[in-house]
Order: sequence, then C-alpha cells, then structure tokens
Amino acid sequence: MAPPQPRPTRRLAPYAFLAPATLLFSLFFALPIGYAIYLSFRAVRVKGLGLGSGARTEIWAGLGNYTSALSDPELLGGAGRTLVYGALLVPAMLGAALFFALLLDTPAIRFGAFSRLAIFLPYAVPGIVASLLWGFLYLPTVSPGYFLLTKAGMEGPDLLSGNGLFVALANIAVWGGTGFNMIVIYTSLRSIPVELYEAARLDGCSELKIALKIKIPMVLPSLVLTFFFSMIATLQVFSEPMTLKPMTNALSSTWSPLMKVYRDAFIQGDIYSAAATSVVIAVATLILSFGFLKLVNKRTDGGS
Amino acid sequence: MRTKSTRWIPTLILLLGAVYCLVPIIWVVMASTKNGQELFTTFTFAPGSGFLDNLSELSAYRDGVYWRWMLNSALYAGFGALLSAALSGVTGYALAKYRFRGRNALFSILLAGVLMPPITLAIPQYLLMAEAGLADSYWSVLLPSILSPYGIYLARIYAAAAIPDEVVEAARVDGAREFRLFRSVALPMMVPGLVTVFLFQFVAIWNNFLLPYIMLGDDSKFPVTVGLYSLLQQGANAPALYTLVITGALLSIVPLIALFLGLQRYWRIDLLSGAVKS
Repeated sequence: MAPPQPRPTRRLAPYAFLAPATLLFSLFFALPIGYAIYLSFRAVRVKGLGLGSGARTEIWAGLGNYTSALSDPELLGGAGRTLVYGALLVPAMLGAALFFALLLDTPAIRFGAFSRLAIFLPYAVPGIVASLLWGFLYLPTVSPGYFLLTKAGMEGPDLLSGNGLFVALANIAVWGGTGFNMIVIYTSLRSIPVELYEAARLDGCSELKIALKIKIPMVLPSLVLTFFFSMIATLQVFSEPMTLKPMTNALSSTWSPLMKVYRDAFIQGDIYSAAATSVVIAVATLILSFGFLKLVNKRTDGGS
Repeated sequence: MRTKSTRWIPTLILLLGAVYCLVPIIWVVMASTKNGQELFTTFTFAPGSGFLDNLSELSAYRDGVYWRWMLNSALYAGFGALLSAALSGVTGYALAKYRFRGRNALFSILLAGVLMPPITLAIPQYLLMAEAGLADSYWSVLLPSILSPYGIYLARIYAAAAIPDEVVEAARVDGAREFRLFRSVALPMMVPGLVTVFLFQFVAIWNNFLLPYIMLGDDSKFPVTVGLYSLLQQGANAPALYTLVITGALLSIVPLIALFLGLQRYWRIDLLSGAVKS
C-alpha cells in the first residue's frame, strides 16, 4: 500500500518531530546522569585549615566514594528499612487494589460509582499533604482513633516510634496508592469479554470461583505492571518520611536511602559521596527492574 | 436472565474502603474549622468555630505568602503540563506513525527515564542549573518537568489507536506537508488522549516535592507542597502554626479534587495498561 520511495521530507519528518524530546532528554536526563557519574569519582582535598581560595582542590577519588558508600552502615540500614516498608506496603496496597477491583466487578453491587471515586480520590492528594493529614491522625492528642480508645479506657499503639513507624508510613502509601492501582486493575477486568464467564455462571460457578479461576489469571499482566511501578516507587520513598520527621524524634535524617543522599549533598555539603550513593541507588533500581522483567518473561514463556 | 438482588457484602466492604479513604479528608475539613484550642480539646470530627479566622490568619501570614505558593503551584503545574502534553503529542505521534531507523531504541531510552531515582537526577540538575545561573528560578522547576516518559508512552499508544493510517495516507495524497498533516489532521484526533496526559502531568507536577525542594531557596518561588513543608517545620516548635498548616493543607487539595471531579471522563487510566478502545 505504501509508496516504495517516500519523499525526502517524509523520511526526515520523524526526526524533526523527535528533536525537542531528544534535546530535553539530553539536557535534563542524560547530561545530569553523566555529571553525577563524573562527580561520584571526584572528591575535595582540603589543604591546611581549608581557608582561602586554593585551599580546597578537586581531585580524582577513584572508587573511594563507592567503597565508602557501600560499606556505610547508614545506607545499608536505610536499604533494610525500605525493604521492610516495601514488604508491608506493596502486598497490602496491591492486595486491597485487586480485592476492591474484583468487588467492583461483581454484578449487582450498589454505590459502586461512589466507592470507586472515593477510593481513587487520595490519588489527587500530594504525598506531603497525605503524610501531614495522617501525621495528625497518628498524634494521640488530635486523633479520633485515640479519642475513642481513651474513652473506652484503652491505650492506643504508638505509631510514631519504633516498629509502629513502618506501619504508619506504609499506611500513608497504601491510602494514596490503592485507588490508582484499583482502577488500573478494574479497567483491565472490564476489558475481559463477558462471554468468558457467562458460561461458567450458567454452570453454577460461584462469583468467588469465577474471580479466582478466570478473572485473576486474566488480569495478571496489569498486576505485574502495578507491582513493577509500586516497587520502583517504594525504592524512591522520600517525601512521606520527610514530612513525618518534624512530628517525631524516631525518624532519622537518613531513614530512607534518598533521604541520606539529600542529607549528604545539602546538609553536609558532600556532593561527591552523595553522587556516588545516588548512582548506587540508580544501579540497584535498574538491576531490580530488569531482573524482575526477566523473571516475568521467563515465567510467561515457561507457562505457555 | 433472572434479576439478582443486591449483593450487600461486597457493597459494604467497598463502602468501608471508601470510608477509610475519606476519613483523612473529612478530618482535615473538620480540623480546619477549629481554633488552636479546640483542635486539642474537642472531639476530632466535631466542627469548630474558627474557620474564617484560620482563613484570614493564613492569608495574613507573612503578607499572604500562602496564596503566592498556590499561584506558583498553578503556574508550574499549568505551564509544565501544557508543554508536556504538547511535547508528548508530537513525540508520541512520530513514534506511532512513522517507521524509521532507531525508533525502538529511542523509545526504550526515553522510557528508561522512569527508572531513574528522582534524586539521582535532581542533584546534578541542581548543580548544572547553578552553573547556568538558573538555580532558584522558576525555570529550574519548570524545565525539568516538561519531558515525561509516561506522557510520551500514553501519547504513543493513543496515537496508534486513534489515528487510522488511511487518514494519514489520504492527507498525503492530497499533498499535505508532514507538519501540516500533524497539526491539522493528527493533532485534533489526539486531543482526548492529550487531555489525559495534561491531567496526569498536572497532578504529578502539583504533587512534586523533591525537585522544587532541592532547586528553590527563596520561599516566594515555592510551590504549595514545599511551602506547607516549611510551615510544618516551623510548626514543630510552635504549635500555634498547626491551625495554619491544617487550613493550608485543606486549601491545597481543593483545586486538584475539583479538577478531578470536574474532568472525570478524561481520566483515562485504561491507557496505562495499553487497553484502548476507540
């Protein structure tokens, strides 16, 4: 159908259309990443007291920043905390999202549109504001939960210290993310042809059995997608713990890896080791992402 | 088919989920009506008597810097999302409707941008902006927000589904130049998809904290997220500021919730999972 020899403008057109995106990508993605990698191999040598110009010189540091980043107990601690946080958050959020999506897809429910909207609403609330609202709800002096518990003569759990913090932070992200993931799963449920389970229904299959045997396997691709994005978001957790920090002494300024990078770069003024740490986090994210995608592809290849 | 009666158990579980999601929002509405004393003494879901006082106190705080933050957020999110939708449109169209060398490689590279931790980008971006004399300016927040890998991904899927190849070919036969073809044939067909990109990007920029927090030092350029954070940090030592933080938090989510409820039919999340029906 297509003419064998397109006009030259037609061959050049896509490159012209892509020029703005390529330019912005080079300036705001590629160049900064390259610069971060460059900085991660640099350090500052301070002569004498470090006063006066020329007292501080930039030198090559080789892998020095990397060895100190990788052996830094605070970074490892932060990675461990992020892992615990993610282990609470991701199953709870995606489990709830899948459960709500299946319920929404059940025939003959009422107020479905209202519930769907209400559960999606937190998506429109910034992480900072969500953490602020929950932070107040966790404070025993203003929280309705604690108010009721005290009236009942009981003592509420302390969510702003110790292990309670993991629950407190995971809950904020569950609140903010469940609705979005629910809609992604729900829309893919809606695209399943109804004939697939009409027959099962006529055979007397329960809705539960239909959900387990037909619906969940059919929406597996969107579960993989939502899991993938939730995993990446977990590794990048920053604004929620930053917002809770003023409300409690239990959150250190290096609670998550990103917070540590921020502290190193802007509070301690060591951009070189911050750059190395941030490159380590980026590489870890890439390895996890590609590892996960590879695993998924392997599983789907083997299954078919 | 026999008609089924309402299934109450799934309905009730969904309503419980809705209540869980609405509690913090109802709480902030109620809390914003309380004065400093009522906040710590009255039942949390009982309304107080101080909403108008809180509002005027917030507006008076440092000569109305709060409204400045809201305006800044609207500027960053509005212009950023507009430029982002335009860029995603032209890029997604080219990726969907032309066959050329390097197409898949380019698409993969653009998408890989999603995987970069924001802080890995933001620190060198800040240092480079500082070199260019742009740190602590509106540009430093606006420019890095324009390229959105998600937006390009959505626009590409939408263009592939919404613009039939025959239409493009017919316009070419009529002698349309490539850019004119994009502007007057393809672009109008992509509008609903680009509105979706605009909305997603508007929310993403409005809700962004890390980038403006790192780029900006002068609080008259803060967006409302960073502004509220700075207010909260001061409030940690001065509980009198709590009522301002709470009222500010409530007002900051009003525009997004309005945008969200008002333009519901444009929130095409189905695009994300690649399921387009047109």
